[in-house]
Amino acid sequence: MSARWEDLDEGTTGPAPLVVGPLTRTDFVRYQGASGDMNPVHHDETFAHAAGYPAPLGVGMFAAGLLNTWATGWLGAENVRRTKVRWREQVWPGDVLTCSGTVARRYLEGLERRVDLDLVCTRQDGGVAIVGWATFVVPP
Amino acid sequence: MVDKAALGAVGVPFTLDVERGKIHELARAVHSTDPAHFTGDHPVTPPTFLTTMFFWEELVAGSNPWALVQMDQKRGMHAEQEYVFHGPPPRAGTRLTCQSRIAEIYEKEGRRGGTLVFAVMVTEFRDASGRLVAEARLTGVETAHSSRGTPPAPRTTEEG
Repeated sequence: MSARWEDLDEGTTGPAPLVVGPLTRTDFVRYQGASGDMNPVHHDETFAHAAGYPAPLGVGMFAAGLLNTWATGWLGAENVRRTKVRWREQVWPGDVLTCSGTVARRYLEGLERRVDLDLVCTRQDGGVAIVGWATFVVPP
Repeated sequence: MVDKAALGAVGVPFTLDVERGKIHELARAVHSTDPAHFTGDHPVTPPTFLTTMFFWEELVAGSNPWALVQMDQKRGMHAEQEYVFHGPPPRAGTRLTCQSRIAEIYEKEGRRGGTLVFAVMVTEFRDASGRLVAEARLTGVETAHSSRGTPPAPRTTEEG
């Protein structure tokens, strides 16, 4: 939470990406228990196979949470004012996810200093699992 | 098959108590070690914390109007999720009153042919004074063909 307004030029990439993985079924189960989404397709191998999948599907909101963990680690959890994710590619057990982003815009809204971020969560093969957008205030 | 008559449906209001232990649990699950979520009596919530509203709406019949959209489970998926905060995100100890509504249903032509049907559910979160603290915006999409290999439709209370 030490980012300074002066350092947040458009195009700034911020701290090192958050790399998580190889993802385990335990990651999915822990997230599901925490979030309340107990859809068995994310943890029950038998159920996932019956639905036509080779393995339990990654939980979309889990990966979205990782992306936001990276963003708030940079700009401060109490400073976020908006976050939006769009899912692109499915995530699987064994994947290694890399979460990062850049400053897309730095501006004043009234007297408040704000930055908009472009966020991206990629899989180990470079495929994009999630694209995201977030807005943070930058306190003096 | 999406039922366009669901547009405008409003859920029964429900309560969400922002709890410290739940914040720890969710933050840990998304691999956060940020002290902002783990220290003090009133830690701030992670940005996607309000997804835990599922625990609370399950307690109130009629609170989740998403089932009325009747999105096909095999052709539907969670396309986008957005949270907007009108000030800092809520902290532990806050009691929020929440209400969901089906705010949009619209169609688009898919890039690979076939019509995509989108539905948007907006949930408003208000504090004890009635101030709008946050809004969640869930977008689901129903494709013309089976969406195998893509994320499943947003969970509803009916799926348990």
